[in-house]
Amino acid sequence: MKTQTDAHQENRNLPGDFVSVNPLKMSAPLGGALFFLGLDRSLPVFHGSQGCTSFALVLLGRHFKESIPLQTTAMSEVTTILGGGENIQAAILKILEKGTPDVIGLCSTGLTETKGEDIVGEIALFRKKHPEHAGIPVVAVSTPDFRGSHEDGFRDAMVRTIEELGEPSLAIVPNQVNVLAGSHLTVADLDHLREILESFGLDPIFLPDLSRSLDGIVPETFEPVSMGGTTLPEIQRMGASAQTIVLGESLRAAGEALLKKCGVPFVVVDRLMGMIAFDRFLVTLRHLSGKDYPARLKRERNRLSDAMLDAHFYVGGLRIAAGLEPDALHDMVHFLEENGAEVVVAVTTTDSPLNAHMGRERAEIGDLGLLERRAGERGARLLVTHSHGRQGAQRLGVPLFRTGFPIFDRLGAPHRLQIGYRGAMETLFRFANMVWSRDPENGPETWYPEEGRHEAETHSGNPDMEFVPVRFEGVSALNPATGRNP
Amino acid sequence: MLKDKINAVFDETACGHNQAKSLKDRKKGCTKVATPGAAAGGCAFDGAKIALQPIVDAAHLVHGPIACEGNSWDNRSALSSGSRLYRTGFTTDLNEMDVVYGGEKHLFKAIRQIRERFDPPAIFLYQTCVPAIIGDDIEAVAKAATEKFGLPVIPVNAPGFVGGKNLGNKLAGEALLDHVIGTMEPETTTPTDLNIIGEYNLSGELWQVKPLLDRLGIRVSACISGDARYREVASSHRARAAMLVCSKAMINIARKMEERYGIPWFEGSFYGISDMSASLRNIAGLLVRRGAPSDLPERTEALIASEEKEAWAAIDRFRPGLSGKRALLITGGVKSWSVVSALMEAGLVVVGTSVKKSTKEDKERIAELMGEDAHMIDTMTPREMYRMLKEAEADILMAGGRSQFVALKAKVPFLDVNQERRFAFAGYKGMVTLVSEIHRTITNPIFRSLREPAPWDPGCRVTPLV
Ligand code: SF4
Repeated sequence: MKTQTDAHQENRNLPGDFVSVNPLKMSAPLGGALFFLGLDRSLPVFHGSQGCTSFALVLLGRHFKESIPLQTTAMSEVTTILGGGENIQAAILKILEKGTPDVIGLCSTGLTETKGEDIVGEIALFRKKHPEHAGIPVVAVSTPDFRGSHEDGFRDAMVRTIEELGEPSLAIVPNQVNVLAGSHLTVADLDHLREILESFGLDPIFLPDLSRSLDGIVPETFEPVSMGGTTLPEIQRMGASAQTIVLGESLRAAGEALLKKCGVPFVVVDRLMGMIAFDRFLVTLRHLSGKDYPARLKRERNRLSDAMLDAHFYVGGLRIAAGLEPDALHDMVHFLEENGAEVVVAVTTTDSPLNAHMGRERAEIGDLGLLERRAGERGARLLVTHSHGRQGAQRLGVPLFRTGFPIFDRLGAPHRLQIGYRGAMETLFRFANMVWSRDPENGPETWYPEEGRHEAETHSGNPDMEFVPVRFEGVSALNPATGRNP
Repeated sequence: MLKDKINAVFDETACGHNQAKSLKDRKKGCTKVATPGAAAGGCAFDGAKIALQPIVDAAHLVHGPIACEGNSWDNRSALSSGSRLYRTGFTTDLNEMDVVYGGEKHLFKAIRQIRERFDPPAIFLYQTCVPAIIGDDIEAVAKAATEKFGLPVIPVNAPGFVGGKNLGNKLAGEALLDHVIGTMEPETTTPTDLNIIGEYNLSGELWQVKPLLDRLGIRVSACISGDARYREVASSHRARAAMLVCSKAMINIARKMEERYGIPWFEGSFYGISDMSASLRNIAGLLVRRGAPSDLPERTEALIASEEKEAWAAIDRFRPGLSGKRALLITGGVKSWSVVSALMEAGLVVVGTSVKKSTKEDKERIAELMGEDAHMIDTMTPREMYRMLKEAEADILMAGGRSQFVALKAKVPFLDVNQERRFAFAGYKGMVTLVSEIHRTITNPIFRSLREPAPWDPGCRVTPLV
């Protein structure tokens, strides 16, 4: 195809694709906002036009089912051309008029980056002009919409926060560990991790901590800042930790930033789902803490073993198409393959060293349109992605396992446990039940449709649109050559 | 050019709001300009997409980086009776190279790919902030693509930074007027052909109205743009009359179609029983003047009488549960005096209603209904809303989705009456649904449980089992 060479010249993610059909990724500033929402009493602000903020606000609200504090510098065409410094200053002053957030997280957008505005420099200017507000932590992050995805924006906001607010310390607090928590971890995941770290005698500081801010708390007063999350003093104490645990390959740069600024060594844990990954995580914790394994975890591992045995009848051989951000995809794909499923398509959003190691597949960067196309070609029987996969799943006639961000058409996404032995058990049950509840009911026409048709007239079919049978043997009808990537 | 367009839509002569303003105010336009450091409403692009996306068989391509479409697609509840193409998110997903070298070529190729893969009857092309700033000329690209592919490609030039949603609605209307309406001829025409302008079929509300029009033999030639097909909109200039629904969002379409094609119109609402009846009467009256059968008004009255009777009877059943309960209405669209009157009929006390978008007559009627101390609210901050609810000054909040969590955190019942609502509230059936939904939430026992103190709180009155 001629367009393919054009595409390479233009450095497109998808060779030959000029139109993204049903986007899989969300924007980088949205990821930045999500990070800041995990800090206590913080207020994310988008430096851009009002619409970007409004869309991000609505989307975050639909996922977390919470009101989201998020504000805008309200750039217009004129202010964009003249430069947005004044709007940034006006926005900060206006915010301080109404209250004093502990952290203001300022994310740039495509609009302001197009003109090459230096958002970090603008804050320096503000500081000079308003020495009276020197004490207000403002963290500015460059997150142009035209670069990367929300996983990238989340990481960039974390790196900048560490650079701005981290404090080196001479003394080391022996059992204190920093936990840099990736955007793919749920509220339930974070709670579970905290308990486990504590049971090893460790004293964790989570950055960010969405389990304390977007976990559905019902507050006594109403304030337009995040309520709960990592506190400013906690961030400042991170420099005294003995160790940093980085949860997610995408956050490696944040671990490095903390090492550089405060000298805290780090270890990257790229997976937390499933028995093999979690065994390794626990061995790491034992190594770090020198404490023995808690009895409770031994029991949970036993239960998981049993669950794997029970679930393998349903999950084994299941052909799955998965589309997620790199960190989440990597964890999910390996977990599924360790349980016998075949991940026949892996689509992701942004560059990552993990993309070359997605189980038997290499991940392609693309959109849900690509995921749907490949899933069809390769006979996937189940789709694993966020809520936007619903239209494609329906067209393909396969069930959708919802995970990742956003999940806007089901309740409880933040409270789903996916990591650890217990999370693996619960996730396996969900997969197995999804398949089991869609066990096809065989009829006289199942194997020989022509001959069976007469009898089939009296056999009731499945009128229920929601009911999508999952058949395993259907794959053989496909061209085996297209079943795999070369 | 875009500037001229914006000034022109602000200078809307048929708008009652506008005529009351001074020349200077009129120039400023009717969209509220967002302020730095404040919470944000939707942008002009958002408004334009809301207005046009319900054209269900067209492809809607957003030219911009991922923020504009990636964060917002498939988030509206406009429904279709057929094609699902409108729910597919198309975007050029501009990257750094495009920003440096310009995105026009990329855009052109995207159009070609949509044509090849999806073969839609038309493509709507939305401009956004980044390509607008780097100078991508979407009008030129649309023109070239239209010529090259023989497929209508309609430029919608409403980049977010020119203003809010309302302005975007209007610019979408201008795009239809400039590039779509009048470009095709209808297959048939009848003396009862009606355009409905500004109705987006959210949650299927058009279908709470259209069957009644069918019964009266009135043909909807085009709904602009709920559940619309491209062809219907393109040939809507042959209709006999038009109804303009929902505030003033698409008033420019109604007025210019009258100027250009002589289609008379009126403004009405499908929300509330009396408004619904008035709208049906107006439709019948206008169509008769334009050559519809003379017995149409009579048949309309008969239909109104039976529908109203049924609706009031249905609403009456909820009276016992609702009588004396206090409702606070903070909403954009579903809020005319006619809704207030229906709620009062159901026994509710309306303790406050927003009047930001209401006309003067509307306000007078509300005052009449609610009495002298009617609490009319222009804008309300979330904090103030929270305080009112927390201090139990209302039993239920009816508002847009964004206020939902304010109400729920205050442990007060909430009913979503804006954009992404689950239920359809138009016409007679919709009003009954509205009242039954209020009843369903207000009578839910969870609110009592939630207000009980926890076992460890002072004031806990639970005694141990013995
Ligand atoms: S304000 Fe501009 S950049 Fe932001 S969503 Fe709207 S059109 Fe897109």
